[in-house]
Amino acid sequence: MNEVNLDTKPNLDRRDFLTKSSIGLAGLAIAPGMMLFDLAHGRAQDEAVSNKVRWGMLIDNTKCESGCNDCVTACNTENGLSGGTKPTDSQWIRKVQLKDTLTGHVSSLPMMCQHCEHPPCVDVCPTQASFKRADGIVLVDKHICIGCRYCVMACPYQARSFVHEVLTDQKTEVPRGKGTVESCTLCVHRIDKGGTTACAEACSKAGHEAILFGDLNDPESAISKRIRSVASIQVRADLGLNTGVRYEGI
Amino acid sequence: MQSKTFSRYESRYFYALVALGALFVFLGYLAMHTMEEHGHIVTGMNNQIVWGIPHVFAIFMIVAASGVLNIGSIGTIFGQKPYKARSPLAGLVAIALLVGGLAVLMLDLGRPDRIIIAATHFNPTSVFAWNIFLYSGFFTLAALYLWTMLEKRMNVWSKPVGLAMFAWRVILTSGTGMIFAFLVVRQAYGSALLPPMFIVLSFAWGMAVFLVVQAAMYAWNNKTLDPAILSRMKNLLGLFVVSSLYLVAIYHMTNLYFAKQTGFEYFILRDGGTYPMVFWAGYVLLGSLLPLALIYLPSRVNSKVVVSASLLVIIGSFALLYVFILGGQAYPLSIFPGYEVSSSFRDGEIAKYAPSLPEIMLGVGGLAIAFLITIISTRVINSIPHDAAAVAKNDD
Repeated sequence: MNEVNLDTKPNLDRRDFLTKSSIGLAGLAIAPGMMLFDLAHGRAQDEAVSNKVRWGMLIDNTKCESGCNDCVTACNTENGLSGGTKPTDSQWIRKVQLKDTLTGHVSSLPMMCQHCEHPPCVDVCPTQASFKRADGIVLVDKHICIGCRYCVMACPYQARSFVHEVLTDQKTEVPRGKGTVESCTLCVHRIDKGGTTACAEACSKAGHEAILFGDLNDPESAISKRIRSVASIQVRADLGLNTGVRYEGI
Repeated sequence: MQSKTFSRYESRYFYALVALGALFVFLGYLAMHTMEEHGHIVTGMNNQIVWGIPHVFAIFMIVAASGVLNIGSIGTIFGQKPYKARSPLAGLVAIALLVGGLAVLMLDLGRPDRIIIAATHFNPTSVFAWNIFLYSGFFTLAALYLWTMLEKRMNVWSKPVGLAMFAWRVILTSGTGMIFAFLVVRQAYGSALLPPMFIVLSFAWGMAVFLVVQAAMYAWNNKTLDPAILSRMKNLLGLFVVSSLYLVAIYHMTNLYFAKQTGFEYFILRDGGTYPMVFWAGYVLLGSLLPLALIYLPSRVNSKVVVSASLLVIIGSFALLYVFILGGQAYPLSIFPGYEVSSSFRDGEIAKYAPSLPEIMLGVGGLAIAFLITIISTRVINSIPHDAAAVAKNDD
């Protein structure tokens, strides 16, 4: 027995060495991949949202096709909205037709929650149900919204809808509820998994590329580079809200 | 003789009135239940007009509640004896109106079942959240105020408590005005003039409600109010109505002067169909000029004239709030100044609104709550004003 033991010991050491070194090698091989994965996916599920990023969108008015409604349809499908346009139906994104009253120039653009840095809806909400995440996304906590609609009154962009009826067929990732207020979430459930917004994706798919989504805080992001190089505006910039959604070509 | 017949049936009349009030409270409950079950789809409200007729009722009652207490303040703080005799009644009516107003406001929420969240999650930047604090303070102070007046041993405290009540009331009504004054993007609101305007409106509306309640109580008890006192109160109502009219005029004139606001003013004062009609005929003519004529045209002071003037002021207050709240929301937001806009969400359109039966019943239910509290409490608590002879004359 002892002999055997003595004989096997060096073998075990060698095995141990091989195991440890292969784990090390595997680690070295996987690490860069993991780092890339991390970069691509923003943050891990258990990691807190950070203000190092600020999500935003740049909408190119000149590329937005007048008759196209793909962003609206995609938003409705993604978030389980009915797509109805009655005055009591929720619309998180809508196409607005613009006509310059002096020159007669006509254009169209998508309008949704502008994800302000200083959101009036958050200021007026009595229960803090309207809140802004550290990464700039303005959301409504459906569990503490009492449905007072003060935020709807305060929003300068008419971006909020009140759920007037009992809802059925909701998406598990997008909680909604009768008697509460809702608006564009910037597809937070997609962003948290490293994705982009449904409207931006649909616009690209349609070949228009009018909606550019990205991190406004990252100087190397496509959106940051773009807003550095072209003139873009915030809607109602006079209100000083510093919106996360910007427009070019208005 | 009349007095005897009256007292024999007095109790029956009282219970009949309680039953009538309870019936309307019950109808309000049914309305609330319908709204709770089906959602706001059963109201005329929509995503453009999110505050409907219940807000008109609620804000009337909350503003008038504060105004009614003004009568108490004139007595307690400024030492006017005829008003001091009316302080307990003013305190009771104020509490009744605030309960009615808050009931409507809360039951019109999308999730009234979650009202406790308003207490557990407090947002310090929200004027709504401040108001929750202001309303509860109002109840506490009003109850304390009543106690200092009705309990003889506590009488010495009535002046300091009355003073606190006065300050609280001014802040509370400013808070109601600020709910709208803080809405910077709405053409109708976002004016620093609104809080003082609401305070002056509260004086007029509170006085009008008080005069009606007082007249009913005197008639009920077969008493006649000293004409000198009635004349003083009537003239004060006139002063408040003129002041309100002045502030409303200034509010519209400043708006008319700003080019960016003229579109809205033309809508509310001239082109907006129902809204200009309700404003001019309801508020200006019926609610202000006619009562002023009744108050100031030389004639013998009589209770009927004063009650008619007061009821007209109350009708005018509903007209003004209807135009202010509904008309203010109906006019589209200016999201793209300089552009004509249109969308499936009705950008650039005048929003349509027609109040539905459930929401009207909810508002009426709130009034019924205030009515019930008033008639029951005035019967239980000795609150009818006791005027010493010729008190009014001595004070003048």
